[in-house]
Amino acid sequence: MNKIFETPLYPYERSPDQDAPAPVRHPVVVIGAGPVGLVAAIDLAQDDVPVVVLDDNDKVSFGSRAICFAKRPLEILDRLGCGQEMVEKGVKWDVGKVFFDTRKVYEFNLLPEEGHQFPAFINLQQYYFEEYLVRRVRDLQDAGKPIEIRGGNKVEAIGTHDDHVKLEVATPEGAYTLEADWLIACDGAGSPTRRMLGLDFVGRVFEDNFLIADVVMEADFPTERWFWFDPPFNRGQSALLHKQPDGVWRIDLQLGWDIDKEEEKKPENVIPRLKAMLGEDVEFELEWVSIYTFQCRRMEKFRHGRVIFAGDAAHQVSPFGARGANSGVQDSDNLVWKLKLVMQGKAPDALLDSYDVERIHGADENILNSTRSTDFITPKSEMSRILRDAVLDLAEEHEFARPLVNSGRLSVPCTYDGSPLNTADALEDGPARTRPGAPCPDAPLGDGFLLPKLAGKFTLLTIDAEAPDHFEEAGIEVERLALSVKDDKTLALKQRYLGVAPSAVYLIRPDQHVAARRESWNENIFRAAVRRATGQE
Amino acid sequence: MAELILTPNIDTPDDFYADLLAAHEGLSKEESDALNARLILVLANHIGDREALAQAITAARAKG
Repeated sequence: MNKIFETPLYPYERSPDQDAPAPVRHPVVVIGAGPVGLVAAIDLAQDDVPVVVLDDNDKVSFGSRAICFAKRPLEILDRLGCGQEMVEKGVKWDVGKVFFDTRKVYEFNLLPEEGHQFPAFINLQQYYFEEYLVRRVRDLQDAGKPIEIRGGNKVEAIGTHDDHVKLEVATPEGAYTLEADWLIACDGAGSPTRRMLGLDFVGRVFEDNFLIADVVMEADFPTERWFWFDPPFNRGQSALLHKQPDGVWRIDLQLGWDIDKEEEKKPENVIPRLKAMLGEDVEFELEWVSIYTFQCRRMEKFRHGRVIFAGDAAHQVSPFGARGANSGVQDSDNLVWKLKLVMQGKAPDALLDSYDVERIHGADENILNSTRSTDFITPKSEMSRILRDAVLDLAEEHEFARPLVNSGRLSVPCTYDGSPLNTADALEDGPARTRPGAPCPDAPLGDGFLLPKLAGKFTLLTIDAEAPDHFEEAGIEVERLALSVKDDKTLALKQRYLGVAPSAVYLIRPDQHVAARRESWNENIFRAAVRRATGQE
Repeated sequence: MAELILTPNIDTPDDFYADLLAAHEGLSKEESDALNARLILVLANHIGDREALAQAITAARAKG
């Protein structure tokens, strides 16, 4: 049977643009049909902004790659019409176990907070993630939305101008020229776009190699995340076992720096390693093997005039913590509403500079976290290994040492503290988690949930407060969502949005981040907050 | 935020010092390094206060 990642999902087809007498200009071109590029394109097309996605390949990602998707990206995907199916297919897990040498030193439960529509994490192969996005693109096309994916279209040169970008695109039938008002580069860590524009990409390269293997087996390992420090089957290194859908298990084995990659990838070398880990008599089949080295680095700026970078093209982290694809989806979420407003002439071009500020803040947070995990997993000096081992030894017996164990700090959304789009917090003693800049936490609402009601537009959320049902400021429409703690049976809304305050009014951005909040409605203040949140103040 | 105590604060300092040496007795260099590391972590957790810990690191490094 063919795997989904062996089937061309968007094979090359000749576009009328290739026969046009002059280069055709498109409002938005996205380079790269990976998770981030597709998410951005769907978000634009859902709102009728025409978008063309170019990819030099024609298939979804080869092998599982990104496998762990966090709550926040799932909430974003729900807004884009494909969060539910990912959750249905994905493997949900809460328990993690940490082993040191031959002993289990402790086990943790993520104990996800109640009252959220989406789980804390699911494991899902990147190829399924991309397949569902491609399917969503096809549904949008069937509904007449302006979106296309051009497979076998490789961008070979980029010319940047004040008001557009010019692209030379190679295809199996020869090259053609395209123009775009805006270009979103989502072409991955090795981004050819970045290279063609001669842009920097600085940071730290980690001297290490990891063997990743997808193994199909009927094993009775529980649905948990197992992480080993210095196990007998991979001495001096680490190992990770994680379950994916369809009986596929993901195994990551640290190999160290001085290895022969081609040799290590050969099944005759991989299989004995896996047998040592899983047991001699466990039957398994190798689906995919790869070796990777990683970097923690980012571009100095993500926006370069009309070219905007997102995802791994803009920043790269170590895989510990699942902060790659998850942060890329959040880049897109941050960018697209701003780009739409700028394209509609409702916000100044400068609004896009806030994408830089906010997502660089996010990237730095991710780089910091994943660098720290890497330093714990792979100690860089004798003393850092001694301290690391001391933490693990103590963790077995003493609870205090467990928070120091770092096998990856799992992706959580970033709060845009200090963003120029925020209005100073004016809800006295309001919960810190919903301060301006924070992503709105979900809460149960009658038969449904809060977040789907905040999707894709500016919303004035009132809790036991009066305010107009609708207002418009500087071309921005704001709709009110009126709630009351009287209907808040679980008290989640009160805990997450009021704290000790008797009432609250929140201005919420289209990406579900808080722009402003105070106890009651004040027309001047909220009008100013709308201008501020759209770069007009 | 607690200020790091850098004046004498241990009752019977000689007894404490003797306990510290005794704990290392008969250990290899490797075992002693591991013991020291565990001890630092246990003590750091007891102190808890990040400001005091940062001052302690600075004070210790000043003699490096």
